[in-house]
Amino acid sequence: MIELDGLTKRYGTKTAVDHLSFRVRPGMITGFLGPNGAGKSTTMRMMLDLDNPTSGTVRIDGRHYRELDEPLKYIGALLDAKAMHGGRSAYNNLLCLAQSNRIPRQRVDEVLDLVGLTAVARKKSKGFSLGMGQRLGIASALLGDPEILMFDEPVNGLDPEGIHWIRNLMKSLAAEGRTIFVSSHLMSEMALTADHLIVIGQGKLLADTSMADFIQQNSRSFVRLRSPQQERLRDVLHGAGFVVVEAGNGTLEVDGATTERLGELAAEHQLTLHELSAQRASLEEAFMQMTAGAVEYHAHGTDVHGGGPAAPSGPVWGADSGWGPRAGSTTEGV
Amino acid sequence: MAAVPAVLQSEWTKIRTVSSTVWTLAAALIVTVAMGAALSAVLKSSFDDLSEVERATFDPTFVSFSGMVLGQLAMVVFGVLVVGTEYSSGMIRTSLAAVPQRATFLFSKVAVAGALALVVGLVTSFLSFFLGQALLGEHRTTLGADNVLRAVVGGGLYMGLIALFSMGVATMLRSSMLSLGILVPFFFLISQILSAVPKAKEVAKYFPDQAGSKIMQVVPDALGSEKAPYGPWGGLGIMLLWVAASLLGGYLVLKRRDA
Repeated sequence: MIELDGLTKRYGTKTAVDHLSFRVRPGMITGFLGPNGAGKSTTMRMMLDLDNPTSGTVRIDGRHYRELDEPLKYIGALLDAKAMHGGRSAYNNLLCLAQSNRIPRQRVDEVLDLVGLTAVARKKSKGFSLGMGQRLGIASALLGDPEILMFDEPVNGLDPEGIHWIRNLMKSLAAEGRTIFVSSHLMSEMALTADHLIVIGQGKLLADTSMADFIQQNSRSFVRLRSPQQERLRDVLHGAGFVVVEAGNGTLEVDGATTERLGELAAEHQLTLHELSAQRASLEEAFMQMTAGAVEYHAHGTDVHGGGPAAPSGPVWGADSGWGPRAGSTTEGV
Repeated sequence: MAAVPAVLQSEWTKIRTVSSTVWTLAAALIVTVAMGAALSAVLKSSFDDLSEVERATFDPTFVSFSGMVLGQLAMVVFGVLVVGTEYSSGMIRTSLAAVPQRATFLFSKVAVAGALALVVGLVTSFLSFFLGQALLGEHRTTLGADNVLRAVVGGGLYMGLIALFSMGVATMLRSSMLSLGILVPFFFLISQILSAVPKAKEVAKYFPDQAGSKIMQVVPDALGSEKAPYGPWGGLGIMLLWVAASLLGGYLVLKRRDA
């Protein structure tokens, strides 16, 4: 169990992490999601006591990281893949770490075997590919057989086979009852692995929810309409009591309607339609909307801090212009 | 608290498993001994050309340590790299996640690397002395003569302290390139030049290398060198203060700043 309480990090006037409070629970994979620059890595570094928080605390099983006796036996972390001395062999890099925490030497061989690096154990790690470096980092995280594991963007730069391997590894570690905390900027990746989701944007907590709830709340269905008589079409839709959102490129989007109903409505008023299609916003898009909302709120100086599931509300949906064309819409969702 | 013996063992593994350790320490030894031997041979053949003052204050022990001017630079590189590669490789975050107690981490590293530098320094010092004396012929001295053993042991201490000072500076600057860019010109050029400039030399006397190297002189103000307001042990004490300050500064930076 990791507990964050009001964790804040400021660099000068810029606030990278803003009063983050949440818990990471054992026995599941907790996804830590946010766009690049949202403060994920800074948060993770503060959790490991590498960066000093401006205020707030992190507790690992009730204790501060610096109070942990041989911390590798409590918590293992993959921060960045190349955080090893390139002139040292993979085996020796791990041996240094193992010795500092009194982890037996044979455990080094075990973890190298577990991540599939036994064949290159004696090779200098600077010759490693990104994927091999990532595996070496994971081996170092697993070294102390810890109950808590943290991975910062573990699938970055990996090939499909490597991504598949990491996903399965995290799932099996969670199934053993361990606490898994994994960051990503890809919603699609989280949807496939995480049981619980923590979303941050601009350093602020935007959502702390189960994956299932997040999907339910954010899989928005809508109908897209395109017409040469857009002005009249909008009046007609308004008249029928629908909420219409202008989505750019001459298209309108209507929530809570069926294509049948809208098609009939257009026919009644003899309107020409060039498009009438049912759409589902992808989770990726829902995530982008959520974090774009954070940018919006931030720019207007309004405080949305307070946590809890922050379902996108009306103004957030309307404020999507900053994200350009809505290429994220798909008919099948994630 | 992480167990100190475990961290010491880990730091020893770190030092012995990178090639830079071997080549920097080997360079320190070879350069110092070879250059000391060459200068001893030159001075033997040109002894009669020396000025009267230089002949009066001729110090065969100090002459055999002439190579330290260059050899100490390899010690600087060793000290800087021991700390600097943690930062340049990003290993520092992995290391501090494993040993979050900053004092335990830094002082274990410094203790292991400092002990190694001291051992290599002592070997270098004794080798330089014996080879230098052999080449000085009739101008030689012996280990049993007054103060000679102090000077030879002092030579080893000097090299170990130079490495420790460099480790402290590298911990403060958190970069190998920056540390080398400052320390190498400082020890090789700035300190040497300033110690020859009037007025400036009054300050330069208190630089770590100028003060520390007095321990290697058997004859006070050897070879007509500048008079110092401190003795050999006083000089070493001044150098020790520099080393303590640099290590303390390094510790404070490590403790306060984000890794």
